[in-house]
Amino acid sequence: MSRAIRLERQNRRLLWRLGVAAVAMFGFGFLLVPFYEKICEVTGINQLLRPEHAGVFNTQVDASRTVIVQFDANTHDLPWRFEPQTRSMRVHPGELVQVAYEVSNVRGEPVTGQAVPSYGPQLAGQFFRKMECFCFQQQTLDAGERRLMPVVFVVDPALPAEVHTVTLSYTFFEVEGRRQTSEAPPPKAGPRQRTS
Amino acid sequence: MAAVIPDPLDHHHHHTPSGLMRWLTTTNHKDIGTMYLIFSFVMFLSGGVMALTIRAELFQPGLQVVQPEFFNQLTTMHGLVMVFGAIMPAFVGFANWQIPLMIGASDMAFARMNNWSFWLLPPAAILLLGSFFVPGGATAAGWTLYAPLSVQMGMGMDFAIFAIHIMGLSSIMGAINIVVTILNMRAPGMTMMKMPLFCWTWLITAYLLIAVMPVLAGAVTMILTDRHFGTSFFNAAGGGDPVMYQHIFWFFGHPEVYIMILPAFGIVSQIIPAFARKPLFGYASMVYATASIAILSFVVWAHHMFTTGMPATGQLFFMYATMLIAVPTGVKVFNWVATMWRGSLSFEPPMLWATGFIFVFTMGGFTGLICAIAPIDIQVQDTYYVVAHFHYVLVAGSLFALFAGAYYWLPKWTGHMPSERLGKLHFWCSLVFFNVTFFPMHFLGLAGMPRRIPDYALQFADFNALASVGAFGFGLSQLIFLAAVVKCVRGGKPAPAKPWDGAEGLEWTVPSPAPYHTFEDAPLVK
Ligand code: HEM
Ligand SMILES: [Cu+2]
Repeated sequence: MSRAIRLERQNRRLLWRLGVAAVAMFGFGFLLVPFYEKICEVTGINQLLRPEHAGVFNTQVDASRTVIVQFDANTHDLPWRFEPQTRSMRVHPGELVQVAYEVSNVRGEPVTGQAVPSYGPQLAGQFFRKMECFCFQQQTLDAGERRLMPVVFVVDPALPAEVHTVTLSYTFFEVEGRRQTSEAPPPKAGPRQRTS
Repeated sequence: MAAVIPDPLDHHHHHTPSGLMRWLTTTNHKDIGTMYLIFSFVMFLSGGVMALTIRAELFQPGLQVVQPEFFNQLTTMHGLVMVFGAIMPAFVGFANWQIPLMIGASDMAFARMNNWSFWLLPPAAILLLGSFFVPGGATAAGWTLYAPLSVQMGMGMDFAIFAIHIMGLSSIMGAINIVVTILNMRAPGMTMMKMPLFCWTWLITAYLLIAVMPVLAGAVTMILTDRHFGTSFFNAAGGGDPVMYQHIFWFFGHPEVYIMILPAFGIVSQIIPAFARKPLFGYASMVYATASIAILSFVVWAHHMFTTGMPATGQLFFMYATMLIAVPTGVKVFNWVATMWRGSLSFEPPMLWATGFIFVFTMGGFTGLICAIAPIDIQVQDTYYVVAHFHYVLVAGSLFALFAGAYYWLPKWTGHMPSERLGKLHFWCSLVFFNVTFFPMHFLGLAGMPRRIPDYALQFADFNALASVGAFGFGLSQLIFLAAVVKCVRGGKPAPAKPWDGAEGLEWTVPSPAPYHTFEDAPLVK
């Protein structure tokens, strides 16, 4: 019978080992939680817990430098009143800025217009990053309608050091053929670039 | 091989309680195996009723039979019942019956624990199925129980979580029992590399179970504490991450699919040589292939998550690792075919099922490879293409192998030959209706039909109607199996100790039906 007793003992030992392995794997399941967080942190995926992802804010603001931005508005053969709410402001490169233009249609019928931006000095255009602009789309205003239109932009910190003042100037053109209806196709080569 | 055949009157001087008490208290591996098999068949039928309700709803576009909320409960519960109630316990039933017989042991190593492993299952099944009747109904988060949905469901989800805990405990206890039995209880002379392949595949499966069932238990425990105890494992508002649930689940989930297929490989590896009347081609390579599949299965889980926004390096890693698994799987398929090559083949029901298995399972393997290609998977993820893939591997794989094994060992279990006519009818009906049901799903998936949705766009109507017809045919064909088994238990041609002339192994050295106690004195394997 000693063989049976020995076998019994061997079986029990293996039972305990495997049981401990099972319990350890239960723990391992929970260990996957910090492990997962660590991997996300190291590889930079999915960082929900890092503060800069908690809201939108920019670490690249160059607070040591200030640029004056001037806003200008013109219309070309358009019965619109068009002017910036702010004429001039001081911004740090890298800072997210929002300004607004005011536009109103003084004619007694709907009119569609397209704004085209230009920059002074011209070089500044490639460092002027517009996130949101009414110039991205054609605007149709009803008779007598008045509207506030935002522009959101960042001045790229790479703006050459000798530029101290940037002028952003918009000119509104009437979109031909859209005076009566708003069904006509948009112009083929619309000035829609975001950065120039 | 020499075996000591025990005195057939042996069980007379053993006092077993009768009636219900006998089954409640039995520690006999054959009784327990039988109970596992009956339990899993009952669960198979209940999961089947759910599947047919799903197919009835999908027969036509629009909502006719059930409401969307209930439809979602059905798809979820169908998956849970089939995976944890039908397929897994059925394989454990086979293990209980066959492993002691195959290695020449008198019983499982821990007979009492074996009884507990089984008797945990009926309460778990009652919890799971009973959850249909609680307020809010059963869980409807999909069998994968993804957070955040599973954190938000009603109390049916808690029932499912407890059912999974209990079934997981049962599987772990069963797995430990199998490992100890195989490692310590083999008859003298039965070295590891002489062991029948079914024992090898189960040994490796048991290790997989011990490694991953606790991880699933951990994952559902986290859901439970997120639901009721204020933790935020998967709650983004509290700093958690629902995508992490998917990682933990699939760390369990992919090994789980191999848990459901490796024992099937084992059964097929027993049957093919028996009916080709040739030894298994490449026995050692089969063992190594099984082991490498098991090891690789731990590093491929994220192929279920290609659309979660993984970095490209991650996608590439999981894509190549997944494709690597096809190599050992291919080794197995080639070995089975090589075993059949120039064999003296005969196609009795077990062999028919095993051959059908090789043919149709391999198609599922190929669609798996297609899903493994990340850029393609991004298209087919969560479509019917995936549904087609996993039913080809699980129904035509695991389930067909279970039927093959049942027809193969029924003579040993009952002492009667199963009806060959019924077995063949069952096979051909199942094979045809299986393909009618699931083949069109490939096209549906490629055309973009999402899975787990009760309604669909009109252009999917024809294939869905076809699939529903096939599903009812397949479901009804399973009643043939019930008839064949009942008939075989009741009577029929008496089976000799070795009813299949090419079969090898210790189980064929004991009389049919196998006496209540076998191998009380260990046989000597030369
Ligand atoms: C050559 C071998 C295999 C490969 C390459 C493979 C690959 C894959 C891939 C990539 C997916 C994810 C598809 C997706 O969700 O978009 C998948 C899903 C699945 N596979 Fe496989 N597979 C293979 C074999 C198997 C086997 C043998 C089984 C089970 C017996 C299986 C069961 C499943 C299941 C159940 C799913 C779906 C899970 C779900 O989302 O509900 N596969 N397979
Ligand atoms: Cu997988």
